[in-house]
Parts: sequence; C-alpha cells; structure tokens
Amino acid sequence: MSTQTLVMEARGLVKRYGQVTALDGVDFELRAGEILAVIGDNGAGKSSLIKALSGATIPDEGEIKLDGKVIHFKSPADARREGIETVYQDLAVAPAMTIAENLFLGREIIKSGFFAKLLRIIDKNKMLEESVARMNDLKVGIRSMTQAVETLSGGQRQCVAVSRAAAFAQHVVILDEPTAALGVKEGNMVLELIRRVRDKGLPVILISHNMPHVFEIADRIHIARLGKRACVVNPKTISMSDTVAVMTGAKRPDELPAECLA
Amino acid sequence: MISTPSFSRTALSVLALSALSAAAMAADQPVIGLITKTDTNPFFVKMKEGAQAAATAKGAKLLSAAGKADGDNAGQVTAIENMIAGGAKTILITPSDSKAIVPAIKKAQAKGVMFIALDSPADPMEATDALFATDNYKAGVLIGQYAKAAMAGKPAKIATLDLFPGHPVGAQRHNGFMSGYGMKAFDAKSNELSKSAEIVCMADSFGDQAKGQTAMENCLQKNPDINLVYTINEPAAAGAYQALKAAGKDKGVVIVSVDGGCAGVKNVKAGVIAATSQQYPLKMASMGVEAGLEYAASGKKAKGYTDTGVTLITDKPMSGVDSKDTKVGTELCWGNK
Amino acid sequence: MSSSKFPKLPPVATLGPLIALVLAVGFFATQSDRFLSVQNFSLILQQVMVVGTIAIGQTLIILTAGIDLSCGMVMALGGIVMTKLAVGSGMNAYLAIACGMLACMAFGLVNGLLVTRVKLPPFIVTLGTMNIAFAITQLYSGAQTITDLPPAMTFFGSTVVFGNAAINYGTVFMVLMYALVWWGLRDTQPGRHVYAVGNNPEATRLTGIATDRVLLGVYVLAAAFYGLAALLSVARTGVGDPNAGQTENLDAITAVVLGGTSLFGGRGIVLGSLLGAVIVGVFRNGLTLMGVPSVYQVLITGVLVILAVATDQLSRKGAR
Repeated sequence: MSTQTLVMEARGLVKRYGQVTALDGVDFELRAGEILAVIGDNGAGKSSLIKALSGATIPDEGEIKLDGKVIHFKSPADARREGIETVYQDLAVAPAMTIAENLFLGREIIKSGFFAKLLRIIDKNKMLEESVARMNDLKVGIRSMTQAVETLSGGQRQCVAVSRAAAFAQHVVILDEPTAALGVKEGNMVLELIRRVRDKGLPVILISHNMPHVFEIADRIHIARLGKRACVVNPKTISMSDTVAVMTGAKRPDELPAECLA
Repeated sequence: MISTPSFSRTALSVLALSALSAAAMAADQPVIGLITKTDTNPFFVKMKEGAQAAATAKGAKLLSAAGKADGDNAGQVTAIENMIAGGAKTILITPSDSKAIVPAIKKAQAKGVMFIALDSPADPMEATDALFATDNYKAGVLIGQYAKAAMAGKPAKIATLDLFPGHPVGAQRHNGFMSGYGMKAFDAKSNELSKSAEIVCMADSFGDQAKGQTAMENCLQKNPDINLVYTINEPAAAGAYQALKAAGKDKGVVIVSVDGGCAGVKNVKAGVIAATSQQYPLKMASMGVEAGLEYAASGKKAKGYTDTGVTLITDKPMSGVDSKDTKVGTELCWGNK
Repeated sequence: MSSSKFPKLPPVATLGPLIALVLAVGFFATQSDRFLSVQNFSLILQQVMVVGTIAIGQTLIILTAGIDLSCGMVMALGGIVMTKLAVGSGMNAYLAIACGMLACMAFGLVNGLLVTRVKLPPFIVTLGTMNIAFAITQLYSGAQTITDLPPAMTFFGSTVVFGNAAINYGTVFMVLMYALVWWGLRDTQPGRHVYAVGNNPEATRLTGIATDRVLLGVYVLAAAFYGLAALLSVARTGVGDPNAGQTENLDAITAVVLGGTSLFGGRGIVLGSLLGAVIVGVFRNGLTLMGVPSVYQVLITGVLVILAVATDQLSRKGAR
C-alpha cells in the first residue's frame, strides 16, 4: 500500500483494433517523483497503453485520472495542454533548425506589442536566453543553442528532445525508447538527464527494451503482458532474469517473492 | 426456343442498327484529318476554321487534332494513329518536328493514306505527298527588299530576332530577308542562320512577345545604333517595339515581320511594324481539303509543292517592291478581326 | 551572451551561386565594354523581375518540400483576367488588378486543398492545374492579345531616372517584396513554421503545429505572388498575352534551385532565388552582348543547376 500521491492512474483500460484486443482491462499507477519503466514483449500492450495516456488513442473502456481528476484526452494536443509531454521514438525535431528553435517548436516566444503580436514576430533573444537557461538547469552540456540539431550526435539530439519535454511538462514526461540506438556513453548521458528531470519533480514514464538501462534508472517497473498489467516490480530487489521471465510468461507473478513487488 | 426479348436486348439491337446505318452513311463521306502544331496559336485556329468550312461545304468529314505545344511530336504521332482508326484517308499536317514525324507518316502511307504538309515541310520535303505552304524564303525576301528600299542607302545596323536554332521556317525567313536585302545568305534548303557584317545582333525570341522584348533590349545594349530589326513573327515584333519605345528609339528604327495576322496588320496600320509578309493559312487548309476530296473520289494524289502565296502589307509603299495596303491586309488577315 | 543573429554569411548552398555570379560578372565585363554599367544591370533586373517575383512564391512552396508547375500558367491567367476586365469590360483598373490576383489565388487554394485534403503529391496536382489554367486562359482570352491598357496597369513598367540610370518601378517593387518575404520567413512564427513543415512535417505535426494550415497558406500566398508577377508582366510588355508564362514555371524552379534552396524542403533563403534569377539574366544578357548563340545560354543554365544542387549536397555531407 503506497502512501505516495498518485499523479496518474488508470483503471480497466480496454482498446480493441478490430479483432485484436490490445488493452484488455489494464491498470496503471504513476507516483509523484518517480521514474516508472513500462516493459513488455511485443504485443503486450505497452505502446497502446502509452498512446492512451498521451492522448494519441482513445480507449474504448476504462478511465484515466490525472492528479485525481478524471480526464478524457481526444488528441495529443489535449494531453499536452494538461501538462503531459511525450518524446516519441523519432524525436520529432526539425534537423535543419537550431536547438533553440526546436526547443520552442510550436510554442515560439512572441515579442510584445500590438504590431508584433499581429505579425507574430519571434523574440529570438528571449528564446535563446530561455534555451540556455533550461539546458543549464538540466546540466546538458551543449555549448551553442544556435547550432543546427543535425550537427549533434544521436545522444545530444535525444537530450534536446528530452529537455524540450521537461521544459514544458507540468505533470508527466513520457519517453518512448529514449536510449535505443545509442552507444554506451551517449546512453548514459541520456539516463543522467532523465534522472535530473525526475529530481526536478517531474515523474517520468519510460518505455524501454534495454533491461540494463531500465534497471539502472527505474524506481519501479510495470510489466505488461497480454494486454494487462502482470505486476509492478522493484528493480532493487528483483533479478533481471526473473523480470524477463514474468515478461515472457515463463514465470507467473504469484511465483515471485513478496519483496520483489512494488 | 423463343423467349421474350428483355428491355436491354431490345435497346442493344436498336443501338446496333443505328450504329450500322450511321456507319453506312458515314462510309459515303470522305474523312479528312487535320493535325496542327497547337490549337491555340491563332494561325492554326484559322487553318482549322478554313478546313472545317471547306469540309462542310463540300460534304467531307473533318477530324482535327493538335500537339500540346510547338515541338510536341508524340502528340502528333498519336493523332495520326487515331485519325487512321477514325477512317481518315487524307491527313493534312503542320509538322512540329519535321524529321521526327517522318516514320509515322511512312507507316500511314503504307496503309494508303495521303499526307499533305501545310505551312512547314517535313524533312525531307518528299516524305509527304504534297506541300501547300507559304514560301517562307520568299516571305523573307519580300521584307528584305522592302527594308533595303526603306533604308534608302543609309548604312544598316541590323538586329534579327529569330525563332530558335535549327528550325526550317526560322532559317528560311531569316536567310530570305538577308537575300532580299542584298546580303549573301544560305539558300532556302538550309536550316542554319546566315551571318553578315551588317547584322550586329542575332537573338532568339521563340516567337514570344516577352522574350522578343528581352532579346531586343539586350541587342540594343550591345549596339544602341541598331536601325533595322527583322523579326520572325508579329508577337516578336511587338516585343521589339516595346523595347525600342522604352529606349526612346521607336521613331528611328524600321521593324519588318512575317505573318499577316489581324493583330499584326493592326500594328502595321499603327506604325509599329513597317511592313509584314502576309501568309494565308485559310488557303492552305481549303486547298488541302480539296485535294483530300479529289483523292477520295479519283484516287489521284496531290503532288509536289504548291505556293499558297505571300503578300507584302505596308502603308508606306516603296518603289520597286510590290505591296498592298493595310485595308487589303485587314480583309485577308487571319485571326480575330 | 550572443544573440541569435542570422548568420553573417549566407548558407553554403547560396554562397556557391553568389560566387558563380561574381565570377560571371567579372568574365562578361572583360568580354564587352557595354556590360559593366548601372544601366545594363538595371536592364537585367528589369528582365528578371517577372520570373523573380514568381520565384518568391515558388520558394515558399519548395521550402515545404512541394513544387508548383502551374505558376507560369496561373500568372498568365491573372494577366488575362485583369487586362480583359479593364479593357473589355471597362472595369476600374485597380479593381481589375485585384480580380486578377484573386483568380491566381483561387488556383493557389485549389492546389493547396488538393495537397492537404486529398493528400495528392504537389507535382501531380500542379501538373494538372497547369493545364487547366492554360486552357481557361486561352478560352477566356479567345487566344487574343489584349492591348491599350489603362495607365495604372503599366505603371510598374515605367522608370524613374537616377543620374544616368533608369530604374524600373517594377524592379524596385520586386526587391521590396523579396526583402519583406525574407524578413517574414526569418523572424515571424508562421515563417519559421514553413521551414519546420518542410524540414520534418511529422515532427511539426507532433508538436501541435497545424501543418495543413501552414501548407494551405503557403500555396495561396505563393499564388498571390504569381498575381503580382502577372501585373509586372503586363506592365513590362504593355499587353495581356495569353501565351505568356509558358516557360516561366521551369525558369522559376531553376531560379530557386540556383539560389540554393533544397528541393527536399526546409533549407534555403528566399534571397537566393533572386540571386538565381539574376544569374540566368546575367548569362542571357552577357552572351547576347558577346554575340554567342542563345543555345549556349541554355547549356550553361543546365550546368549551373547541376553545380548548385551538387554543392548543396556535398556541403551537407560535410556537416554530418
């Protein structure tokens, strides 16, 4: 029984795509100040769960609560408005544009004044200042905010995408495979950043196939299986092999010792 | 077994019968095809009108088609095929690409179709059974002679606004102009533009008014003393005039042209063009229809080259050069009066 | 702390053509003593002002990774609409000009809707509307050139004299429009969104930008520039010509490519297109002054296009 506040909560989510049932009554809890990893085999329903939480799909049944209030997202824009930011696998950055521009993409800072508001003139200086400030806050070590994103390494680009989410999120940050396709050093760089995001008070939902990374960074691990939640485990107490076993169905959750659950 | 015919079967047989009778009636009507380079150039619009009028008057059926643009050979080849399928035994054609069209013509001729080239020849000229065209070389000669007389012994600094490289009509008019003026030039068979010392600027206008203007501006930049301008056609002449006017030189420069379209004749009347050689697309078309009817009736093919005539139109006649004034020109012009 | 200023040097893709222009000017200056003069340069600017203006619209569209083959024909339609209304129907000249521009923008709207709603590739859409615009122009004008235009329509063709050079009002107007669009693309939110849509449309959509609205706006705005180009064309030639604009679509695309804008979208500056248009004009003028046949101008343009695209590609490979 947790005494921590629940930032996000979902009960009995069902989502069918034709004959296929992607979510079969799945439950979900995200506590304040935690990094929750969501893992599962292909077809276990983790992407569908994340899509429902980020507003990309509308579940057929079930309810989702944000800070105790029931919410109905009709689009990713709705979720964003409620302060939930998602970083997709393909990063959603415009490679030819600068880091500053990408950080504020779609949310550019407009200069004040009637004329400026009418023509939507961008306050480039302010945007640059803000970018530098936020990146420094998250201790991301990129020197110039005016360089094009395509000149960055894969890990640096990922940091830009994560920082963007962290900068604008008010409640939750969702990361989809943030360390996929990154080398060891770059992957660690991103993990460090994710920790700092959590430390700033934003809970993080993390989907990953990378078990070592999950075990290194997650506070709790939500194992998805067959469209449901199999169980939630504590990476500090459970072994990686047991986790994988539950994920693939080789072991049942009730076969796990009590201290592994979280 | 006798069954009550369904509605659709009755309808089908009625349709079949009417189609057969229509075909039977049509079989009596000679089918003549007309393929022009484009169907937007007023020259070809007039040609088509002439052909249609002649066909209607003499009881022939006219199929018409055109390429999409100057140089669209493929469109004309397709048109030939379609017309043969439509029963045409004579095809009148203004070839977009005089060489490339020849194989398609030969193929059709093997099926017994007679080909008459209108306005511009195929290459070689003998690829078609006959050619009814303006003698473009002569058209050039006339305005060359006129220009010589109009210059009245002054040393000429000439700009030629040509069509584009390699086009037979462009070459013939250009070389004819030079020959008529008294300069040494290639003969009518050549596709190359002759040069000479008096011609200080040769530029391509593509027969287009805006491009003609640009060409004239650049020529004037090269040699501000140009006092005689030969133009391939009247739109190019209008463009040249615009350039000369902007440079304040419109009064002192003589512009000559070819075509005799109604808009061009208006420009002669207005003093923009000094003289133009008028050609007769209507005549080409009606002569072509007549030849087609003759072939259908007697099997006699038209042969060789027939000059459809060219007249010099000017309101400032020069002695030694035959011409008619713009009143006559307007009566005979093609395009919208 | 440095402010995010626009880079001092233009991007490499535009720098290359700029150098080519400087070299060409240097070369022609040695070949003809009538080349290097203010008057000749003002002439060249005048000669490229129609294509140059069309190229503004084409740049906007190419920045979104689209293309517009109908630009020349739409311009011709605009020209015929405004001249026919003014001369044939006696409409007030300014109103007629507005109608001509509206006719162009209607086509821009159709192009934009087909691209965004029906999701057809811009190449195909504009190939179709190119033919439709041409046909409508021919039918509406009866294939007749329209003359005797009211003075308001030929205003941009007239010149103002500075010393021994006569500058065309239309040229000044074109340069002003380029400056305006350059600023808009650089410093306004809608302008930056145009680049974003071209660079990564999916990313733009995911960040909440109304991608379809940006695209639709681009096509309609581009068509407004075709309408302005129609006015400049009418002013320059003094007539409404139904056969105008036949090669301007490829000429405009050439200018945009020569100026360093990438056909893949998201990269390039609009001033580059002015540069591209001027390069072509310089070669045409210079070669005529040298007495070289115009077919070589076509050859050189082809070579330049390939060099421009190759420079862009190679420079970006280096950046990776």
